Order: sequence, then C-alpha cells, then structure tokens
Amino acid sequence: MSKLIINREIVDNRWTRVVANEQGEVSLPSEGAVLVPYQYWLANRDALSNREVAVCFAPTDEPESLPVDANVFPMIACEFPAFTDGRGFSIGRLLRVRYGFKGELRAVGDVFKDTLNYLARCGFNAFEVRADKDINEAIKGIDDFTEFYQSSVDVPSPLYLRRPVAA
Amino acid sequence: MYIYDDYDQKIVDQRVAQYRDQTRRYLAGELTDEEFRPLRLQNGLYIQRHAPMLRVAIPYGHLRSAQVRKLAELARKYDKGYVHFTTRQNVQYNWPALENVPEMLAELATVQMHGIQTSGACIRNTTSDQFAGVAFDEIVDPRPWCEIIRQWSTFHPEFAHLPRKFKIAVNGAKEDRAAVMVHDVGINVKLNDAGQVGFEIFVGGGLGRTPMIGDLIKPWLEPKHLLTYLNAVLRVYNRYGRRDNKYKARIKILVKAMTPEVFAAKVEQEWAFEKDGPQTLTDAEIARNHRFFTAPAYESLAGDDAEFAAAKAANPAFARWVERNVFAHKVAGYAAVTLSLKKTGVPPGDATDAQLDDVANLADRFSFGEVRVSHGQNLILADVKQADLFALWEEAKRIGFATPNIGLLTDVICCPGGDFCSLANAKSIPVAQAIQERFDNLDYLFDLGDIDVNMSGCINACGHHHVGNIGVLGVDKNNAEYYQITLGGRQGVDAKIGKVIGPSFAQEEMPDVMSKIIEVFVAHREGDERFIDVFDRIGAEPFKAKVYEGKPIRKEKADV
Repeated sequence: MSKLIINREIVDNRWTRVVANEQGEVSLPSEGAVLVPYQYWLANRDALSNREVAVCFAPTDEPESLPVDANVFPMIACEFPAFTDGRGFSIGRLLRVRYGFKGELRAVGDVFKDTLNYLARCGFNAFEVRADKDINEAIKGIDDFTEFYQSSVDVPSPLYLRRPVAA
Repeated sequence: MYIYDDYDQKIVDQRVAQYRDQTRRYLAGELTDEEFRPLRLQNGLYIQRHAPMLRVAIPYGHLRSAQVRKLAELARKYDKGYVHFTTRQNVQYNWPALENVPEMLAELATVQMHGIQTSGACIRNTTSDQFAGVAFDEIVDPRPWCEIIRQWSTFHPEFAHLPRKFKIAVNGAKEDRAAVMVHDVGINVKLNDAGQVGFEIFVGGGLGRTPMIGDLIKPWLEPKHLLTYLNAVLRVYNRYGRRDNKYKARIKILVKAMTPEVFAAKVEQEWAFEKDGPQTLTDAEIARNHRFFTAPAYESLAGDDAEFAAAKAANPAFARWVERNVFAHKVAGYAAVTLSLKKTGVPPGDATDAQLDDVANLADRFSFGEVRVSHGQNLILADVKQADLFALWEEAKRIGFATPNIGLLTDVICCPGGDFCSLANAKSIPVAQAIQERFDNLDYLFDLGDIDVNMSGCINACGHHHVGNIGVLGVDKNNAEYYQITLGGRQGVDAKIGKVIGPSFAQEEMPDVMSKIIEVFVAHREGDERFIDVFDRIGAEPFKAKVYEGKPIRKEKADV
C-alpha cells in the first residue's frame, strides 16, 4: 500500500484513485474506498451511492457546481497536474472557507516538499507525495515557513491581527 | 522607511534556509532542472546568457545607505564589481555563481533585503513613484499602501503559482511616475471631496507582446477593503487566466476576452464573499504602516535658499543640472535630486561597487541616509537641502552621476539586451550608447527638451519601448539584429502605446535614424513644444517620410 501524509503523519493510503483512460472511461475496482474524478461522480451519483467514495477536483472543476454539501464526502482531493498549476490552491481554499468542508482535503499529482507549505496554508491536510520523492524529506516542507503575513486557511487572522503593535 | 520587526526577519530568514536547501537538493540531483526552475525564479534567480542572474527586490524603490553598501559589497565579493538597476525597482547581479546565491541571500537578509518574488509566475515586487512622500504634486503618500500590499503578496499561498507574472504599481501624485496604466493592477490613491482616501483600480495593462492600457474596474475602493479586493482580482485571474499558452496568460488577455465590464462583475461577485473577511484592514494596521513613512527631521527653512540661487546664477553648468536633475519638494528649502545613471559610455542603469559606496555616503551626508531607485533606472536622493545642492553636485560629478540629462534624449531607458539577457533578440546597450554619443552636445540636448527614449532588446519589453515617445525594439531577422521604431508612446496619466512606423533598421543605421526623427521634430516645433506634443500635432507621416527617404519600399510585418 502506498504512503501519504495526513495531519503531519505518514500513513497508508486506503483509497484507490481511478482516473479516466484515453477514451474518457473510468473503471472502478470491485470493492474498497474509491477516489473518482469529480465529473465522473457528477454523472454517476446514483450508481456510486452504495460505495465509499471521494471526489477529485481537476483544475478546471468548479466547487461552485457542487450539488450537495461538501461534507457528504469523507475526503476530497485536488489534482495538481503540475505543481506550477496553482488553480488547485484556490479550489482548496474555496472548499474550506466558502463551502465549509471539514474532512480530509488531499493534494494529489505533482506534490513534493516545496509545495507542501503553500498547500497546507490553503487548507490541505493530506499530501500524496510523488512516488519518486522521499516522503520523509517532503513532510519537513510543511514547516518551511512558520510565520505568515496574510490570512490563510490554517491561520485565518493575518499577521497584523497577531503582531503586537507598540502604540 | 519600513523597518523589519522579528516577524519580517523570521520570514526572510526562513526563505534563505528554504532556498539553501533547494539549491543543495538541486546540486545533489534531487530536484530536476524543471522542478528547480520555478523555485529559483521565485527567488529572483535566472539562468542567463553568461551566468545566472540574481534579481534583488527594492520594494517601491526604497533603500537605506546600509543596504546600498551591502549591494556594493556583494558586487565585489560575488560578481564583477557592478550592478544593474532595472525599470521595475529591482537590482540585478549579472554574474553570480549558482552555488553562491544562498550565501548572497543570507547576506542580503542581514540588511532586510531579499530576492523574493522578483521573478516567476507570482505577484512581483510592488512599484511606486520614486518621489513618493516628497513630491510637490503628491495627493496621498502611496508608500504605506505599497508596504501593506508587499506584506499581503509575500508568499501568498493561494497565488504562488499564477498563470503568469503579476505586477502591481501604486501612484499617489497628480503625475503618474509609476506607470500604473501599464501594470496588471494599477492603483491610484486618491482623496475625495470629503478628504477621505480611496483607490482607483485599473486592471489589465501591460507591455510585452500584446501592449495594452489598463481598464478602470473600480473607481473608488475604500482603504480597508484593499486586500480583500485584490484577493478577489487575483482569484479570478488564478482560476480563469489562460494556462495553455504563456503568451496569452497575462491578466490583460483575460480582461480583454471577458470584457472589462464582465471581468469587473466577476471580481465584484468574488469580492462579495471576501469583503469584510479576516483580511479586511484595520485602522491600527493602516496607522502602523503610516508610522514608517513619516517625514524625516527636516529643518525649518524659509523657502528658496539665497546661496543656492546665487550658485545657479554664477554657474551655468550647475544651473543646467538643477534644471534637469533637481525635482521640486513639498517641504520649503528642500529638493529631490536624481543621480543620472545615463552617462554616455556606460550601460544605462549600471553602477559600480565604488559608486554605490559613494552614493551611500552621499545619502548619509545629504539625505537622511536614504536612496531611491526610479522606474527610469536612476538613483534619487529625496531630501536634500537646497543649501547643500552645490556641494552634492560637485560630489556627484566626481562619481560620474551628475550628467544633467534627466528626461532628455540620452536618459534612455534600456534593458540589458542581448549582451546579457538570454531572452533578447538583439543588443540594446550598444544602440543606446551610439545614440548617446550622437547626441552628446548638451546645449543641443537641452534645446530639444523632454523626450522619452525607451529601448528593449526583445518583445518582452523590459525597456518599456511601447511607452517611449521614441521606442526602439530589437528584433531578430534571419539571425541578424534589427531595430524597429515606435513613435508616440507615453506613460503617465495619458498613457498611450506607440505605433510602429515601418520596417526595421540595422544597428549601424540607428544613430542616423534617430537624427532624422529629431530633425523632423525640430523643423515642425513651435516654440518650446515637447516632442510628444509635436508628434500629436503632425502625426507619424512626416517622420516616416524622412527616415525612409530614399529607402526601397518593402513590406514587413509589424512585430508589436
């Protein structure tokens, strides 16, 4: 079983992620917790209702289109096809702040040490680090910065509300 | 000036540690070129034609003398003894070794400097008026707002990987010396009739391949909403900006595709969720930032200094320098001085380590220990007593920074071009120098008056050629360097993109081309009319007729 970081711990990944093949088809394993593309879930909600299911947002997917409370999912993932595609940062933040998602928010794709701090601050608490990267090294990246200027999901008040100011 | 506290220092120190580790992993083969590239770019490190190039931020153009000395020291220690000041209030080292950059950043951090977000697809260093806080025509000091934006944008986690670079400029004066209309976001700080501060927000200006003037999307924004509104703008851009084509990825393309009205509506919709949220500015935070930008200990002086007036009358060379390089100050008896980095024979914007040390000393002696950097690639001492101007002029002459040419034809804005930059199609420095040499007669230059000449070595337009009254763009034709001329561009409140006048010219033709353009100007000029006013009155045709006189007519696709 592959490993991932959840809440700062390295744990086993119990979710099977499925993605569409070149023809756009998705084939599910017969059992177990399954992470499916958000668009696939939208199209197959009823068929998936008896499965333990999580959805994966592509950068072009819009949390605004969610027809249900985000908290019906135990886990929501956002895909980072390249770490330089920052759309997932906004999606994660919207899911947390605007749609009040409390469950596991997982970054998948091109995820490695140097993006973890930003991801954590956008509300991600789970990181599927790229298989060719050292996960033990990557986890340290969460704390690359321990103080921040602006409002974020993990520390909503900006520094100016926390900084003692001489009168 | 803004002074770091423990929080600011910790953030910069943690960045140094992070980048040191990234460099180590890159050199150890744990990070690929492709992975390291965006990481190093966000720390200002380019891989250039000859060597890496390190770009250091000078937030809204302000430096203390200790910082200037540190820049000089690094130039000596890690580079070839000089630095280059850019059009975006940054300073560049052209020859550092990649292995040394973490140490350079560590040294910069000791004087509260860094290379954070000076490059890469993120919110870049915020720029402003070089005369902020002292300009006679200032309405509101933009610097506290620049600093608030600096902090908000530094390592903003949601906007760390935007579709493309993102530049914000802030202006608070009647004149716009920050070129807000050609930035991704341009902000004018205003006062309403009730004397309250507010912002006018322009979006989608920019130069480069598709030059555009920004659109006004918010005529009045209350100060407390500045950051939540910017957050909304950036989120719309981050989510909907194009990522499939880097040439179409800037916000200006999105604004144009959506139309400014629809874009503005989308931002309002997004802002409705952000407004009054945690990032809403408090009075205390606004006041805190203002406290860093209070006036220095000015002496109470009685207006125009008598000795200064006498020195001007007695010394025409000094008077000439005062006329071009000294700017009116809002405090009686003081002046702001521009030290020209545009001496003929020196690449525009370059300064040596020794010159930097000298400038730091001048700042300590004459201007409360502060130096500024302008969009026009010159240095400024902002708070000089009129009574000290003559002494300062003599010192500036000794250093080579007293060329009395600010705003004149030889005060060329010029990118490093093909001599240094790996993006460039053509050299720009030798062309700028040839033009400077051609127009080296100061009396003649003075008579010509204000002319903005802007040169870029490639379409990325770092030299802002589109907004030069005379713009020069280096283009590549069959592996040869050619130069295309635009006329009629300007920055400021009536910013306008210049128009290409026709086929490009070989490098050796450029001084003659410039002479012909100037001849047409002089022939049509009425009184002391400025070049740009003559151009507006007579149009491009007389200029075209002269520069292409006797040349075979050939068609060429305009490259702008």
